[in-house]
Amino acid sequence: MDTLMLSRIQFGANISFHILFPTITIALGWVLLFFKLRFNATGDGKWMDAYRFWVKVFALSFAMGVVSGITMSFQFGTNWPGFMETVGNIAGPLLAYEVMTAFFLEAVFLGIMLFGFSRVPGWLHTTATFLVAFGTSMSAFWIIVLNSWMHTPQGYEMRDGVAYATDWFAIIFNPSMPYRFTHMMLASGLTVAFLIAGLSAFRWLLGDRSQGVRATLRTGVYLGALLIPVQIFMGDMHGLNTLKYQPQKVAAMEGNWETQSNVPLLLFAIPDEEARTNHFEVGIPNMASIILKHKADGVVPGLDDFVSEDGEVMHPPVAPVFWSFRIMVATGMAMLLLSWGAAFMMLRKGRGAEGLPKLMLFAMVPMAFSGWVATLAGWYTTEIGRQPWLVQGIMTTEMAVADVPAPFVATTLGAYLSIYVLLLTAYIGVLFYLARKGVDGDVPRRRTPQSGEALARQVPAE
Amino acid sequence: MELFGDPAQWLPFTFAALMGVSILVYVVLDGFDLGVGVLFPFASDSEKDMMVASIGPFWDANETWLVLAIGLLLVAFPTAHGTILTALYLPVAIMLIGLILRGVAFEFRVKAPTPHKATWNWLFFAGSLMTSLSQGFMLGKYVMGLESTLGTWAFAMITAVFLTVAYSFIGACWLILKTEYTLQAKAVDWAKGGIWGLVLGLGLISLATPLVSPRIFDKWFTAPEIFWLAPLPILSGVTVYWLWRALGRLPNATDAGARTPFMLSITLFVFAFGGLAYSFYPYVVPEKLTIYEAASAPESLFIILVGTVFVLPMIAGYTALAYYVFKGKAAELRYD
Repeated sequence: MDTLMLSRIQFGANISFHILFPTITIALGWVLLFFKLRFNATGDGKWMDAYRFWVKVFALSFAMGVVSGITMSFQFGTNWPGFMETVGNIAGPLLAYEVMTAFFLEAVFLGIMLFGFSRVPGWLHTTATFLVAFGTSMSAFWIIVLNSWMHTPQGYEMRDGVAYATDWFAIIFNPSMPYRFTHMMLASGLTVAFLIAGLSAFRWLLGDRSQGVRATLRTGVYLGALLIPVQIFMGDMHGLNTLKYQPQKVAAMEGNWETQSNVPLLLFAIPDEEARTNHFEVGIPNMASIILKHKADGVVPGLDDFVSEDGEVMHPPVAPVFWSFRIMVATGMAMLLLSWGAAFMMLRKGRGAEGLPKLMLFAMVPMAFSGWVATLAGWYTTEIGRQPWLVQGIMTTEMAVADVPAPFVATTLGAYLSIYVLLLTAYIGVLFYLARKGVDGDVPRRRTPQSGEALARQVPAE
Repeated sequence: MELFGDPAQWLPFTFAALMGVSILVYVVLDGFDLGVGVLFPFASDSEKDMMVASIGPFWDANETWLVLAIGLLLVAFPTAHGTILTALYLPVAIMLIGLILRGVAFEFRVKAPTPHKATWNWLFFAGSLMTSLSQGFMLGKYVMGLESTLGTWAFAMITAVFLTVAYSFIGACWLILKTEYTLQAKAVDWAKGGIWGLVLGLGLISLATPLVSPRIFDKWFTAPEIFWLAPLPILSGVTVYWLWRALGRLPNATDAGARTPFMLSITLFVFAFGGLAYSFYPYVVPEKLTIYEAASAPESLFIILVGTVFVLPMIAGYTALAYYVFKGKAAELRYD
């Protein structure tokens, strides 16, 4: 493989590994704040139990996110120098604002949030929790501004092949930013909802009947049930926005080769880029036209429009986009089914977690990571869907790649991949280990502590 | 803008200064916590817990200074960022892998099942060592003008070792400040051993830089500069002597002067960094690209500067708060 392909795989691997952890910490920060505020309001120790368990998951995920994020900030330089040379005047300030308004905030207050409970007054600990949650969301905001700008750039002018900012408001509020940001924040919320529900179900199945595990199971299921319909609606809006600005991406998502009316919604197909057609199509007639144009004879753009006269293909590779999109949607549907089913059973007769059938609890455990699957599939759809462009209409990915010898990139790629496999295994293993340990350690329940200080005296150290 | 004259002049300078400060703060802050990791094999298991407890609340924020420094290089001097990082491709990758390993080992060593703890302890050490060595290697290559010859390689290998020694030295000084009893006594011994490596390393780089570049030689050894620069090496010498005396008085019953070695080692780092910065200015890529040639468009730099002016004091403020909250001798890390 050549340097370009290897560098793309390397960046793809890094960013895929990285996004797993911010996806958890962004929403988990707010959920922890919720636990802390419930504790402040009720004085009920179960909320602090929930806080203490999930703050460990937060700490671990945060560390994974920080170290994998540092890797990416270096790779801009080591592998993609052309990116900053061409659009550095726009990407630079956005990244700088991310570091200054988000990274320091979260990193500094994390120390107080994790280890400060018995060292600082309660209000400062709550404030630290808030600032960490706020910092992770700010970080998501700035990076999504930049990413969205790469999809729908505006507010700039090109001089001698270099982009210069002309209107910062237009750059920040570029057309796809509000959709992408909301879509990602909801994705984070759903990831955390299913993670919490899944690990709580795991503890329940191991016989944990503590108030803490009941509280988190409820929080996870209701949060998931609440967010999933909003997400489906938001995803649809995001798709329509993409249709307007990046029709070639939507054409690949639909596997639609020719611009035509009455396009079916394909449930299954094997796109063939050589023959420029699909094999084994199974679809619902007219449905894609109805979704995208709101009428059965709506004309949907096709991929063939994005091949230049001399045969150069200016649309993304079809099969990966087509399939990532379907995996994302299918995962979303599974989330809808499970969370609404569970919420219904829990609300019926007001039995709470006792009302859940065992099968449903078993299903929740693997679904703990459904958010990861959907998020990755979604990002693959949108990012592979932008190819061959790196910044839509301004520069192709090929233009940005560094002239590093391919064996170098292959070596580092191999090293990163093996470390990622090791760390991911360790991470998932430790999550379940912590959940198991929580069962052993928390039953029977402790007395309800009144304040942080009282708690620090009562509870044995980790 | 009238006030400052030509923005194409003062903006790159301001950003070079900001970047310099970030690198310096990073080297001091992550220096001590990397150093603590490098010293791991010399400590017993319970001492290891205490060593991690002394840096646990700080390391995340310490590492953020690296992101800021590399971010400033990226945003303010994009062409230099590309040139430097592609030239240092492999050491950067080793550093990143080191940072990943030690960062996650922090968490895993206490959260994974107990039988795995020894492995994560080892990875914490290995990650810290890889990071320190590769940063020292990069420093050496940078001093040698990013040239790739056998000689520059050998030199970079030597600076790799010396920077690691310097980090373990400041790490030991941090432990003297933050710990008690046997661990503190051990830390004093580590610092006493490390100081000679530090002095050798400083001397070596001070000699090498003017010899490699005639331009740097002229900056230091011509009148009148030589007269107002002379205090720098002299002050460094005095600091080293003072450090040695301070270490000789430790540990003691009242813990008097436990802070002194750490403060003095920061001073030494500042002197060393100041000397290097003076040597290389105005170049960002040694002898090839000045900060003025490599700078981004003034409009973009200006909008970052506006944010920096407001945000940097806030960062300094809440960093101080964190160090205040966790002041005094390190205690076992607890989530409650």
